[in-house]
Amino acid sequence: MASLTVRRVWKEYGNHVVLENLNFHVEDHEFVTIVGASGCGKTTFLRMLLGIERPTRGEILIDGKPLEAEPGPDRGIVFQRYSVFPHLTVLGNVLLAFELERARFTGKLFGRARRDAIERAEKLLAAVGLEHARDRYPAQLSGGMQQRLSIAQSLAREPRILLLDEPFGALDPGLRADMHQLIRDLWAANRMTVFMITHDIREGFQLGTRLLVFDKLRHDPQAPEAYGATVTYDMKLRRNSESREPQRDPDARAVNA
Amino acid sequence: MRRIVNLHPARGGALTLGALPFVLLVFAYLIASSIRLEANPDDKLLPSPATIGETLRSYALEEDPRRGEILFWSDTAASLTRLGIALGISALLGLVFGIATGVVPYVRSLLAPFIAAVSMIPPLAILPILFIVLGLGEVAKITLIVIGVAPVVIRDIALRAAELPAEQLIKAQTLGASSWQLVLRVVLPQMWPRLIDALRLTLGSAWLFLIAAEAIASTEGLGYRIFLVRRYMAMDVILPYVAWITLLAFVSDWALKKLRARAFPWTQLTV
Repeated sequence: MASLTVRRVWKEYGNHVVLENLNFHVEDHEFVTIVGASGCGKTTFLRMLLGIERPTRGEILIDGKPLEAEPGPDRGIVFQRYSVFPHLTVLGNVLLAFELERARFTGKLFGRARRDAIERAEKLLAAVGLEHARDRYPAQLSGGMQQRLSIAQSLAREPRILLLDEPFGALDPGLRADMHQLIRDLWAANRMTVFMITHDIREGFQLGTRLLVFDKLRHDPQAPEAYGATVTYDMKLRRNSESREPQRDPDARAVNA
Repeated sequence: MRRIVNLHPARGGALTLGALPFVLLVFAYLIASSIRLEANPDDKLLPSPATIGETLRSYALEEDPRRGEILFWSDTAASLTRLGIALGISALLGLVFGIATGVVPYVRSLLAPFIAAVSMIPPLAILPILFIVLGLGEVAKITLIVIGVAPVVIRDIALRAAELPAEQLIKAQTLGASSWQLVLRVVLPQMWPRLIDALRLTLGSAWLFLIAAEAIASTEGLGYRIFLVRRYMAMDVILPYVAWITLLAFVSDWALKKLRARAFPWTQLTV
């Protein structure tokens, strides 16, 4: 359960205005897709949600409380690349999430606690269709499988908000359709609000329940950095989670059920 | 005619080519040695293989009457012990300070300039200080190697740790990792293979410092022996000792390489 309020948020680097006057409210369990030209501040916005950048002015609230100023388990992330751990197997990558949660000092689980965690990790791997690859290392996986792994990893701590930064940007078009279905189903099955950045406007329309377009309203050719981007279109896509029932991915199952 | 950059030797051919420089070197020595010995049978500069073999046999198989030890092996043990302890200490310092500098911004601000400066001190220049302060025993010799090797390892590990993709560290934090867990489960495991690489690269200078320290103040060790018998121009001792040191260094480099491949299979996988 997480609603998000963005209140008069500006982001500037010196004289360079990246984002200006962002103002919107996102309800719990929305699937927000964010599109916009490159350099329009989409990723900066995502980094602010992660807590690794801070707004210059304004505030971001989760369920009415100010956002924590560093990354935490309430906000999961899937990057375009580099977000799985190369030294751990597929199973180890997911297991790590449980080990970090329960073994504060050693970072490793043993005995019964480990067996329980493995069971939960295997369920997550099954949900993204990776159960057959559990003992492989990331370097032995295709790009699509690595992204599936990264998604499974992110779901392990049951984040209230899932952030996706062009997660399918590096994948083949054919593979993307599968991934779209997977992420829709996981979103429908889990209680989380999703923010997904994409540069593919079709993807944005297909996946989201709400589409935000980031663009500059004003432009000064003499001083291109004087004005930043803001939300120029905010569309509720009338579809809801049930209307895409027909082509459900058999691999995707409720994870937190 | 194909370009020479596109021509590859077959497997057997590559082995033969690799052996060729070694064979040529031995061959050149044999010829030069026999020419000199023919002119002067007492020549000490390029002893014949038979002389070298006889000396080596007495060093490696017979007890030295004064010390009651077999010199070749007691020298080897003394040198390898010093080297092993020094490299162990350097590796430990490299991991601890390297990771701390690479991952924690405050530690980086505190230590990076200091380590950069210390690593520029020529270790041999402070060898007299070490002997004055620490005495002529083992501690001074091991310290010299550590001072020569550790800063290089620390800086290398710090660079490698800082090179880890930011995405990985952020991802781990969104999975709930504390700073300590981040180091323990994400950074450290990825630094082990880098540490082995760093040690392999510093192996040469470690031997250099070891032999320098042994040459100046020691009573046993491979470097000590070489510099001791230099006074008698005993090339029949020096040459096999140098070859032996080279072999030891080569084998330890090779062993570290094998260890890396065996212990960290994920570093060399492809789809």
